[in-house]
Amino acid sequence: MSGNHCIAEAAIRAGCRCYFGYPITPQNELGEYMAANIRKVGGVFLQSESETAAINMVIGAASVGTRVMTSSSSPGISLKQEGLSFLAGFEFPAVIVNMMRGGPGLGNIAPAQGDYFQSTRGGGHGDYRTPVLAPASVQELADLTVKAFALADEYRTPILLLGDGMMGQMKEPVVFPEPLSELPEKPWALKGRGDGASRYQASLILDGLAMERHNWKLVRKYKEMAEKETLCELYMMDDADFAVVAYGTTARIAKGAIKRARKEGLKVGLVRPVTLFPFPDKILQKVAHQVKSFLVFEMSTGQMVEDVRLALCESQVEVSFHGRPGGVIPTPIEFSRVIHRYYRRMHK
Amino acid sequence: MELINNWPKYYKKDVVTHYCPGCGHGIVHRIIAELLEEMDLGKQAYLVCPAGCAVLAYHYFDFDVIESAHGRGTAIATGAKRAKPELFVISYQGDGDLSAIGTAETIHSANRGENISVVFINNAVYGMTGGQMAPTSILGQSTTTSPDGRNPEVDGYPLHITDVVANFPGVAYAERVTVASPAAIKKTKKAIRNAFQTQVDGLGYSIVEVLSPCPTNWKMTPVQSCKWIEEEMVKEYKPGLLTDKREERRKDRAC
Repeated sequence: MSGNHCIAEAAIRAGCRCYFGYPITPQNELGEYMAANIRKVGGVFLQSESETAAINMVIGAASVGTRVMTSSSSPGISLKQEGLSFLAGFEFPAVIVNMMRGGPGLGNIAPAQGDYFQSTRGGGHGDYRTPVLAPASVQELADLTVKAFALADEYRTPILLLGDGMMGQMKEPVVFPEPLSELPEKPWALKGRGDGASRYQASLILDGLAMERHNWKLVRKYKEMAEKETLCELYMMDDADFAVVAYGTTARIAKGAIKRARKEGLKVGLVRPVTLFPFPDKILQKVAHQVKSFLVFEMSTGQMVEDVRLALCESQVEVSFHGRPGGVIPTPIEFSRVIHRYYRRMHK
Repeated sequence: MELINNWPKYYKKDVVTHYCPGCGHGIVHRIIAELLEEMDLGKQAYLVCPAGCAVLAYHYFDFDVIESAHGRGTAIATGAKRAKPELFVISYQGDGDLSAIGTAETIHSANRGENISVVFINNAVYGMTGGQMAPTSILGQSTTTSPDGRNPEVDGYPLHITDVVANFPGVAYAERVTVASPAAIKKTKKAIRNAFQTQVDGLGYSIVEVLSPCPTNWKMTPVQSCKWIEEEMVKEYKPGLLTDKREERRKDRAC
């Protein structure tokens, strides 16, 4: 199954009953799968007039307690940032998929990782972050889609699922979880006052001190997520003295390169952040006691590398970077050459 | 003796208004609260309030309310209504909100025939931000961003957005009214009742445009403001029924 279809199927199984989106390559198959399948389970598919409208429809559906998803690719995600900021302010759960492409501007439709900053820093206005899950296989797309809905509801926050054109288009076998039969209660949702008291949902907090309290409340939520929800894969790290750090598609390619390097006797391993926010700082700090050097691979000019350097700022290890931005997909051979170069330098 | 001026059930008591003296919002708020009670819709009501002076409408309404980013009211209303069709969904919007930044959302929600009711407050000016020119400002109208009066060569012409959407097949009911006199207020209540009933009957999109005074930004007294609506604003925006396709729609449904 292709990555885009897989996300849609996993979302439906996770109880997603509303999907709003606007066509953009390379993620169109996701919306198309939703159009063909979500109505079969009584759900809603609506092609909106814009990404801005789609994310606001997401707000509407989230506000009444429905599990809801939208998806897009880089330029479309920029348009959704207004709504993402509101979702964070309202504390509404929703899952937003970004299948990144080359940029800035229209860029191209090839796989890229240039939206790392926008994704992990809270790409819209105001003092918030968006938790980000970065899968690296079709199976993980399924698993993390299901997890994204659970995290969104538990922490009342929008969750970003961050892939790229490669993740969306590639086909791999996948085992889906059983469809969820019970979803968590949402006592805060606006379902009409009924016989109870009326409620309102607002992100407008005119009183400065109250707004400040709300900002700190969001921070506490992110800290709790950092404690409990940080995910990171360690690959061939047991005896490694040199660590590659990469996520998503780049991590897949890096694994190939590491296998080659291992055959050639280099003690190289991979640290693959699965949650980009919260970032696995502590795991990197632990690894820093074991390795002498880190090498960060990204399909960008260097974005996640800043988080790696921040995490390791108190250690003496070297952090190097190799990037291929603009929709250029590096090869395992290219990566293994780069690994050799930095590995030799480390042992000089 | 019978008490004829009961306090509406879905209108909060003992709340100090933040609206300026002579503002039209309070009148329309009360009409909505009265109708939700009279039509027994308050328990399932879901109102989207706009960015603008009415962003604080939840201080007054005693039913479920959500706030919206500027212009996105009908997109949020669409999401809520599609997710939970049993809700009675109202989008309450101003002229800058509905006919400038939210034009796309307005046009497309209307064109899809979303089964929602839109209450559109047209006061020909951006109120909350201090009286800037709106798409609906009339020619010659002096505002903080058209200090010499709205000039069509620079600023274009007043936008008749309700007339535009009234032509769409998905729009079952559209009417323009004012709140400039007690008689006009009665007509407004009737029009909003029709719009609400359109949604109850599942007939599609309904919109009521209310020409509403903004004395503060018009730099007039409340009395002068009502006079300005009746003498100037209605020349540009003629009150009356703009479309009523409810019977057609009923027949379509019956087929």
